[in-house]
Amino acid sequence: MGCGTSAVATETQVKRVEEAEAMKAAVLIQRWYRRYMAHLEMRRRYTWNIFQSIEYAGEQDQLQLSSFFSFMLDNFTQLNGNGPDLISQLLDPVLDPWLGRETCFSCIPVPDSYTGPRLTFPLSVSDTNALLNAFKEQQTLHAKYLLQLLCETKKLLRQMPNIVHLSTSYTKDITICGDLHGRLDDLLLIFYKNGLPSAETPYVFNGDFVDRGKKSIEVVVLLFAYFLLYPDYMHLNRGNHEDHIMNLRYGFTKEVMQKYKTHGREILQLFQDVFSLLPLATVIDGKILIVHGGISDQTDLDFLNSVERHKVRGLVCFILRRRHCQLTHQDSAASCSSSSSSSSSSSTLCSPRSPSSLSPRPCPSSPSIHFTVNSLQVPFLDSLSSLSPPSPPQYEREWKQIVDILWSDPKNQDGCYPNTFRGGGCYFGPDVTQRLMLQHGLQLLIRSHECKQEGYELCHGGRVITIFSASNYYEEGSNRGAYIKMGKDLIPRFYQYQVGRGTRKLTLTQRVRVAESSALKALKEQLFTHRSELMAAFKEFDHNNTGCVSVSEWAQVLESVLRLDLPWRTLRPHLVRLTAEGAVEYESCFEDMGSGTQLAQVTPNLAETLFRYRTDIEIIFNIIDKDHSGLISIEEFRQTWRLFSAHLGVDINNQAIDDLARSIDFNKDGSIDFTEFLEAFRVVHKLDKYQHQSRMDSNTERL
Amino acid sequence: LIFLLSEAMASDVHKKIKAAFKAFDYEANNTVDVREIGTIVFSLGCFPSQADLHDFIAQVEEDHTGFIHLEKFLPVMTNVLLEKRFPPIPEDKLLQAFEVLDKEKKGYLEQEELTKYMMQEGEVFTQEEMDEMLTALTDQKDNVIYYKDVIDELIIDNDI
Repeated sequence: MGCGTSAVATETQVKRVEEAEAMKAAVLIQRWYRRYMAHLEMRRRYTWNIFQSIEYAGEQDQLQLSSFFSFMLDNFTQLNGNGPDLISQLLDPVLDPWLGRETCFSCIPVPDSYTGPRLTFPLSVSDTNALLNAFKEQQTLHAKYLLQLLCETKKLLRQMPNIVHLSTSYTKDITICGDLHGRLDDLLLIFYKNGLPSAETPYVFNGDFVDRGKKSIEVVVLLFAYFLLYPDYMHLNRGNHEDHIMNLRYGFTKEVMQKYKTHGREILQLFQDVFSLLPLATVIDGKILIVHGGISDQTDLDFLNSVERHKVRGLVCFILRRRHCQLTHQDSAASCSSSSSSSSSSSTLCSPRSPSSLSPRPCPSSPSIHFTVNSLQVPFLDSLSSLSPPSPPQYEREWKQIVDILWSDPKNQDGCYPNTFRGGGCYFGPDVTQRLMLQHGLQLLIRSHECKQEGYELCHGGRVITIFSASNYYEEGSNRGAYIKMGKDLIPRFYQYQVGRGTRKLTLTQRVRVAESSALKALKEQLFTHRSELMAAFKEFDHNNTGCVSVSEWAQVLESVLRLDLPWRTLRPHLVRLTAEGAVEYESCFEDMGSGTQLAQVTPNLAETLFRYRTDIEIIFNIIDKDHSGLISIEEFRQTWRLFSAHLGVDINNQAIDDLARSIDFNKDGSIDFTEFLEAFRVVHKLDKYQHQSRMDSNTERL
Repeated sequence: LIFLLSEAMASDVHKKIKAAFKAFDYEANNTVDVREIGTIVFSLGCFPSQADLHDFIAQVEEDHTGFIHLEKFLPVMTNVLLEKRFPPIPEDKLLQAFEVLDKEKKGYLEQEELTKYMMQEGEVFTQEEMDEMLTALTDQKDNVIYYKDVIDELIIDNDI
């Protein structure tokens, strides 16, 4: 019996010991797991920082290109006569958006073989449904209907004020969406989760419908179709990407030209018109201000309401013009005389490009008048004509008001200063927000413009909300998308989502890994395109030509050459090899990459420049190539490239450029297929295949 | 000499801490949200308990504002690292711990078993942590956790 009790006692004792052990084990596993998650989170942050700093670097490239155009203005006369007249070609599609182009689509035949949707205007629900279904099936809307849709949208937009006032009292909830950037899947997901636009479900879309994503046309067509169907329940704000020059860099122009080979140019012109007529802001119940970017210390909603918004077309031109102003003011006399001496330039500039153009003016005798003729539509050229007074203050003010609204970002520090990262707009602090709210009796500012990991973010003590609706913006798994719903109480409710392309849910580890590898790839491209600068800087530390520098020297070089704000030491293991002694073998950071095609005639220096500026060059070529045929003449190529390399201060001799031009004119017909040419200048990751293979292997192992 | 050596070590540690801190300093004003501190401390190779972490935060937080400044964080964190106050738990202990929970020595844990321990014992997980852990560790085919296989996943080297 005593034996039995002691057995029971031991049993409970054993059990207690076991429980204590289990508890200890659990704690240990929990701690390990939390450490593991912390590492993942840290990697996610680094990845995010890489994407973001490279994105900002891209916006600075845009500025670089703008300054190239300024440079061209300054070197205007040299270009004239025999070379491509870039400036006039760049600005050629500038026509008054108030002009009708209604007839342009009526004569376009639709073949019987076309299986896509056939629209009838005014649009009905069956038309929008047909569009939704067609786009889900990857169909393309016929050019005729697209043009007609754009004309109708334009007509309707003309009647809209700059600031649209909405009221919650007529409806239940208003849904507010941020940047979509051509992500049709995100738009369809929002419609699926939240319902199609209707009187019951009104929407505000806060700009940046196009660019970057592959389905910009589909996104914008759906938005415009619902706008035509329910003008009272579908509201569209302009974003900084609803802009001709931005579209050249970030893909919308290309998408249109690829999808509409024959009518692309007309379509692009109409898009420009429509974009410039989009309202700038939406106000709900007089309390909630919705704009794409933000505000500045000079934002004045009453003044903004009075601006003729359609004049502000290419907003990047504004930045350019301002820079150009600064330049020309210094030697205004010189630039003035040089432009007046060249009569050919002015005649090219004022020649009417289209019969519907506003300017059936006689060819003026003084070139300065030519410029004024264009000054309304050609924002930065008027700086040449208006040397006295330097620039019309009223005009300048209108530009600034709109640019600030579309481009600004909030910051947590007080004050307001120019956004040098983006090259346009301002950073505005809580005090700026506070002031505007008091002035207009507002309680909340909703803006978009910046990608956020969770799809939305609050700042300025909850008075400013960022809403971003393109999920996986940087890379699969990089961020969620979100939208806001708001009822009579004006309290925002957030709804998050993420479009999943994969069939099964990826774990956080996998998501981080995918995003990380593509961020590192992008970063390595940056290294490669700055190869000679980096090598020169490394060599300065490497006096004895050992091929090695210390880790901190390496980090210092990367920071000073690339100017990306990144934790180089932490990223080091992914980018470069160490010797056994712990020194950096600096050449190893270029190892696993190379150019797509090796052109024997191209000097390394030229090749690198081509790599680095391939996007800029593509934009310039696209401007020269007026009919968007993808072909430009060899002479145009030479001229442009010479000018561009002169602007960059890259020393490339004419012979090298001629050789390059000749080598890419494969069929010797005197024209260059530059799409193919640029395709050759891409960084190729030699490890791609290998990496892919090893990832597949590890997956199979796990299964 | 020893002084110089420790100086050099401290400066290296400083760089490491600053890099980790900066990753969460969204406004670039040397401030992070208090909720990120756990991640920063763990990612610097420390294994604090939740109680350790609360004490640590109490030391560095700016009057319950929910924000932590670098100038306050840096010296405290430097000491923690130099004194090895939250030392790493050896990897082999992790396998042993899983074996303790696997009472029948099956070589794997059921999802329910793991959930029970993680959500009821020790420094309990939130539902979100639990969901993520199960998604990350569960074998797709058999729907159980082969802990020997997943330990390699959890043990990641210190280079990010």
